Amino acid sequence: MLFTDVVFYVLAAILLFSGIRVITTRNPVHAALFLVLAFFTAAGIWLLLQAEFLAIVLILVYVGAVMVLFLFVVMMLDINLDKLREGFWEYLPMAGFIGILMAAEMALVLANKNLQPLDVSKDAQQFSNTAELGRVLYTDYLLPFELASVVLLVAMIAAIVLTLRDRIDNKSMNPADQVKVKRNDRLRIVSMKAEVEPLESPEGERK
Amino acid sequence: MQFLSDVFGSHWQDVQLVAWTLIKIIAIVLPLMISVAYLTYAERKVIGYMQVRIGPNRVGPFGLLQPLADGLKLLFKEIILPTASNKALFFIGPVLAIAPAFAAWAVVPFDADMVLADIDAGLLYILAMTSVAVYGVIIAGWASNSKYAFLGALRSAAQIVSYEIAMGFTLVGVLMCANSLNLGKIVLGQEGGFWHWYFIPLFPLFIVYFISAVAETNRAPFDVAEGESEIVAGFHVEYSGMAFAVFFLAEYANMMLVSMLAALMFLGGWLSPVPFLPDSFLWLLAKVGFLLFLFLWFRATFPRYRYDQIMRLGWKVFIPITLVWIIVVGGMMQTQWAYLFH
Repeated sequence: MLFTDVVFYVLAAILLFSGIRVITTRNPVHAALFLVLAFFTAAGIWLLLQAEFLAIVLILVYVGAVMVLFLFVVMMLDINLDKLREGFWEYLPMAGFIGILMAAEMALVLANKNLQPLDVSKDAQQFSNTAELGRVLYTDYLLPFELASVVLLVAMIAAIVLTLRDRIDNKSMNPADQVKVKRNDRLRIVSMKAEVEPLESPEGERK
Repeated sequence: MQFLSDVFGSHWQDVQLVAWTLIKIIAIVLPLMISVAYLTYAERKVIGYMQVRIGPNRVGPFGLLQPLADGLKLLFKEIILPTASNKALFFIGPVLAIAPAFAAWAVVPFDADMVLADIDAGLLYILAMTSVAVYGVIIAGWASNSKYAFLGALRSAAQIVSYEIAMGFTLVGVLMCANSLNLGKIVLGQEGGFWHWYFIPLFPLFIVYFISAVAETNRAPFDVAEGESEIVAGFHVEYSGMAFAVFFLAEYANMMLVSMLAALMFLGGWLSPVPFLPDSFLWLLAKVGFLLFLFLWFRATFPRYRYDQIMRLGWKVFIPITLVWIIVVGGMMQTQWAYLFH
């Protein structure tokens, strides 16, 4: 057995284990962290395929950004586990149906002769994976690529607009205004005499 | 040697390779740990002199053994485990903080051929590793099960994630100029004296990169994650002894990493500033030392930023600046002045 095979089976075992733990562990924070582990090992498997760009971007985007925000949300929510378990059996048939559908789709893709993975390992030494991917994306697939980015932009703006509500009792401040403040807006310098004449006090008092 | 090669048979080559790589890793990590220890000493001395004090001067000549004494003290202290903490994650936190801080050094070139892993996607790898470092902070803050730690973790994580974007965009500018993601090639693209270094054509990006680096490492004036006056010590408030020291090591190792990257990408790495002097590793050391001094100088000079202004600076100032400058660089490359950006 080749060394890379050993690495593959170790990574695949970790990936499967963490994938199962994502859905079986009780604590949502643990589940999110197992998902991070799953992404990490998947990146390792992609590295074995010499797809270093995809592997590193998977870590950069999913582990470094998406999952951090996931963890944020999960950590701050007060999740009641019993309530989450309610209706488990009710949803099971639907979930099972979707699961079987997904498995069937994957099987179709894998069984298709036209979609067999190419043997990339010997070519990969010759050129830079990143540069080649960029070249293909910006020449052959320019239109679909730009279309996908526009779709993402629309989704991003939509998400922002959905959460943008003006509250009347909003007490947030505008840092831009605060930064713009000049001395004269806040401070008035008045010129006055250094000494003030003492008031004439009635004679005889306070002596 | 003969005996060993007989034992391993056909695998002898692989074994040699692994052993040699391990030796290289030790040769990088050991000096790194020592410099981290002495960076803490330098920080106390430099800030001491800036504030007209003497700084540590009791242990050894000029207090030079102070970092060792501190390390020894932390090593022998008890690691207190908060009762309500999540035990496994409480210990994984510091590990996740320091592992990426050291792992990123794998692709850092120290000289023309002194690099552990000379990979093509080096810059991307470093970005990925530094983005993973935020997990140490979040997990430590959450596992401690303490209000202050959690607030500190959220602040720090939001800050790291925000400034990472600006930092990533500055790196895009660098790779456009160098036409490569390989750190060694980026340095070699700046050959021929300091007027060829990238900090001149990419000056706005250089400034944004360095300020983002200060924010990314949670250093003053962006150290709200451990703002003493508000949340005690931030995400590592529940940690004691060596577990605390590991966070400390990670912070300083990250400082050195971002300074090293700034030196490699904008200041010509190991290349000498003038053509008649030889290129040498010492130039790199000098550049990194200067940038680290800036870190200490900032800490002694600037008051702490307010949290919402940190976010404003990152999102509304730095990211637009980097985007505009990337377009400028891309546009200029199509004109007759393209040679300025190579």
